[in-house]
Amino acid sequence: MSFLRIKCLIHHAKKGLIASLLFASPIVTHADESTTDSAEIRKIMASAIEAPMPSEQQEIILSLKSKPSPEVVSWLDQWKEGSIYLYEAPDGKLTAVTLTGEADAEGTLATLLVADGTPLLDATGNPVRINPKTTDFADTSSGLRRAMKEVFDLAALANPDLTKRLRAIQDSSIGQNQQKLPALLALQQSETHPKAMRALKESIAIIQLKSPDRQERIAACNTLASIKSLASHDIIKSLKAEAEKSKDAELVDAAQKAIVAIDSHISSINAMGTAFRGLSLGSVLLVVAIGLAITFGLMGIINMAHGELIAVGAYTTYIIQNVFAAGLKLSPFGMSISIPGMNLASGGNLYFIIALPASFLAAALVGLLLERSIIRFLYRRPLESLLATWGISLVMQQLFRLIFGANNVQVTSPDWLSGNWTFNDVIFGWNRVFVIGFAILIIVVTWLVINKTQLGLLIRAVMQNRNMAACMGIRTERVNMMTFAFGCGLAGLAGAFLSQIGNVGPSLGQNYIVDAFMTVVVGGVGNILGTVISALGIGIADQTLQQYLGNPVIGKILVLGAIILFLQWRPAGLFVTRSRSLD
Amino acid sequence: MTTSPISSRINVSLLIATAIFLVIIMPALNAFGVIENFTLNLWGKYLCYGILAISIDLLWGYTGLLCLGQALFFTLGGYMMGMHLMLMIGKLGQYKSDLPDFMVFLGHTKLPAFWEPFYSFPFAAIMVILVPGVIAFIFGYLAFRSRIKGVYFSILTQALTYGAALLFFRNDMLMGGNNGFTDFRSMLGANLRDPSTQRILYIATALLLVGVIAGCKWLTASRFGLIQRAIRDSENRVLFSGYATASFKLFIFVISAMIAAVAGALYVPQVGIINPSEMTPDKSLEAVVWVALGGRGTLVGPVVGAVSVNALKSWATRAYPDLWLIILGGAFVLVVMFMPKGIVGIPSQIDGIITRIRRKSAAKDEAKGAEELKKNASTTPNIDS
Repeated sequence: MSFLRIKCLIHHAKKGLIASLLFASPIVTHADESTTDSAEIRKIMASAIEAPMPSEQQEIILSLKSKPSPEVVSWLDQWKEGSIYLYEAPDGKLTAVTLTGEADAEGTLATLLVADGTPLLDATGNPVRINPKTTDFADTSSGLRRAMKEVFDLAALANPDLTKRLRAIQDSSIGQNQQKLPALLALQQSETHPKAMRALKESIAIIQLKSPDRQERIAACNTLASIKSLASHDIIKSLKAEAEKSKDAELVDAAQKAIVAIDSHISSINAMGTAFRGLSLGSVLLVVAIGLAITFGLMGIINMAHGELIAVGAYTTYIIQNVFAAGLKLSPFGMSISIPGMNLASGGNLYFIIALPASFLAAALVGLLLERSIIRFLYRRPLESLLATWGISLVMQQLFRLIFGANNVQVTSPDWLSGNWTFNDVIFGWNRVFVIGFAILIIVVTWLVINKTQLGLLIRAVMQNRNMAACMGIRTERVNMMTFAFGCGLAGLAGAFLSQIGNVGPSLGQNYIVDAFMTVVVGGVGNILGTVISALGIGIADQTLQQYLGNPVIGKILVLGAIILFLQWRPAGLFVTRSRSLD
Repeated sequence: MTTSPISSRINVSLLIATAIFLVIIMPALNAFGVIENFTLNLWGKYLCYGILAISIDLLWGYTGLLCLGQALFFTLGGYMMGMHLMLMIGKLGQYKSDLPDFMVFLGHTKLPAFWEPFYSFPFAAIMVILVPGVIAFIFGYLAFRSRIKGVYFSILTQALTYGAALLFFRNDMLMGGNNGFTDFRSMLGANLRDPSTQRILYIATALLLVGVIAGCKWLTASRFGLIQRAIRDSENRVLFSGYATASFKLFIFVISAMIAAVAGALYVPQVGIINPSEMTPDKSLEAVVWVALGGRGTLVGPVVGAVSVNALKSWATRAYPDLWLIILGGAFVLVVMFMPKGIVGIPSQIDGIITRIRRKSAAKDEAKGAEELKKNASTTPNIDS
């Protein structure tokens, strides 16, 4: 018992220390007046909880507004959540206690007084144990919770964590409560971070829009116009409507100016956001289609199993991730395969680096097998290659289902993909930035392989004129094999990449196959630059239409229609590979 | 060798026998209770698929156009018929309203104007042919005019189907969204849930199938059919000989879309449901599989393929649900690689093998004879060498 008590005391002493440290920091506004130590807070809390009338409790809580320390917040939290209990002595006196220690056989726990942290003793001097199931916890009325909220809000404004403080500052303008103004103005004196300062300026101006002083309202309009505040858009609109009613020309003018400024800001944000989303969608298309641009564009193989090769890459990523973590159990065809894991603590962020080459190799290997066993017999029959590869895609999809289950599997992205970066009110998600970066990387690698390596030279030679290349002593069979494997490997890379931004399931590839073929056809078969341009073009067109129509499906249908019409104009795509041969 | 090859021996009489069996004997057996209603209904479905397969073969096997959008025309025909059947439900639906159930569910109070004429069966029947025909005409005109061919044509038709499926999945299209149409009650006053109505529908399907085969036989045997096959084999030569190949292709494209649509219109009352998942590019590809498996470039092959693949599917999805797709995909790869003429091509493939073996042995005999001759004539100088 005594040991417990000592532990508790230490605990509270620590809390007090933390509190005083926080209060000493410059961002806290009430630093000078709130040297209240934890004992005093405990007393106030106990008196508040034990007070018989809700109004009395409320008053005590509101008095705490002058000292919104983290300790006060934690006490109020406990109260609100019902972990403070009211012990009723035989004489009817109520005492606020917290429970501690382990429950004994009857389910009772030891008690500690809220007032000073010592165990509660009964008349005979024995410590009191109570059963939480049969004892009432200290209840809170709605008025009380409102009062608590006010204290919480103030505490949040003093929060040393920037994102939480920003949030609190932004939230404080909701409802335009004039009473919140003093706290914000006080914070403005001590705040140093530019983001928080902008948010403060915005919140103060929004609250001032409702100020009784007309000049202050006009000034607030001007401030909001100058910082192009998005949050105030609707409020200024209603303010303008009110001002029109009361025929206040100057205020209407100021409000109108603010609305125009904010509107133009909104449309530029939307345009930038659309361009960015279009760019990232285009990059997804590009990554998905680049492998096809090689197998279909250069070699003329209609590889309907391209989507499944993407899925091979995605599942490889999934396996690698699990190898870095706790291992993986698979049960295809009633067998039980267990892959041991390495249980690396940092695996969550590291595995992706390994997964990239692994997924490339896995898909390239599958592609190699396909080429040797089936596709090489179909080089002169493109329509048949379409059908055979479709059969392969059915088989592969079903194999995925049998091996990995019909449901999507979980691939967790590294932490560094989940954040975002806000610039000038446009949100750039890291995953979208990653998408674009990855696409650039893949394009550069493909371009280097095709244009700067021996293999690339052979590939181009064989694709341009197979017979002539064979006459020059190039082993065209082998070049075909390598080219196909390279294209499939790129599909595998696309899979590793898609696993980071979407679901991984057996039909993963099916969602992309039509888009991928469209991209290659529009770009012009046999031209990788064409694929790049068409992917970005389709991506941006899709997102722009979506933005204007407010409907992704109609946008997509229009894009498909536009592609069909585009091919009227340029039947061979954007970039035509000219040759003298017919067909 | 005076006996004709196996392939031609089976042909004609077997065909006529099969036609009589399908059109007359099957429904008669059903009427006497020998064949269950379920089985007959299933066969009605297969035969609809068979007609769809013929329409694909008309394009692919005879003209060299692999259309991956044939399921779209099939489903469109089904939808047109479905609209009429939906209106025929009347107040019998779940919501006891004149409107189709899904419209009530979506909060509509008035029938959209484009639904109104579908109360009339003749109008719906005309639309079954007209709507897919017009769409095929527009798309085909655009595609053939700019000389899109081969693989590009396939991919474009796939995109068309994909786009249409996306459109039909939407609720505000007022075509039932992803649930499509179902719960049909009556057609031309006859109760659709009555076995005798289903039997009549089956007979109609079988008759249509026979009619389509006869019609296509005539078409492909005509001068038109000759040009059609010439286009398949070398479009440029036909073009340079002064034929407007685009018009020929457009004509056959529209015709085959209409055939597929009629099959779809018969399919819907027999199966009792139509929804956009029938419209996806996958379904088109599956139908292409039937043609490839049955034997393309023939008129019976597609039907054989459609019936056998679907019968296999009915059996395998129950017996080996996990392996069905592997069986289908694997069979497909094998057929494409080793049986380019499909099931109906097997006899002629065997013929080919037999004649090759015979020729080989004949050649051997000849070679032997020649050698002996040489030996005998070795004393005289050989002019040939």
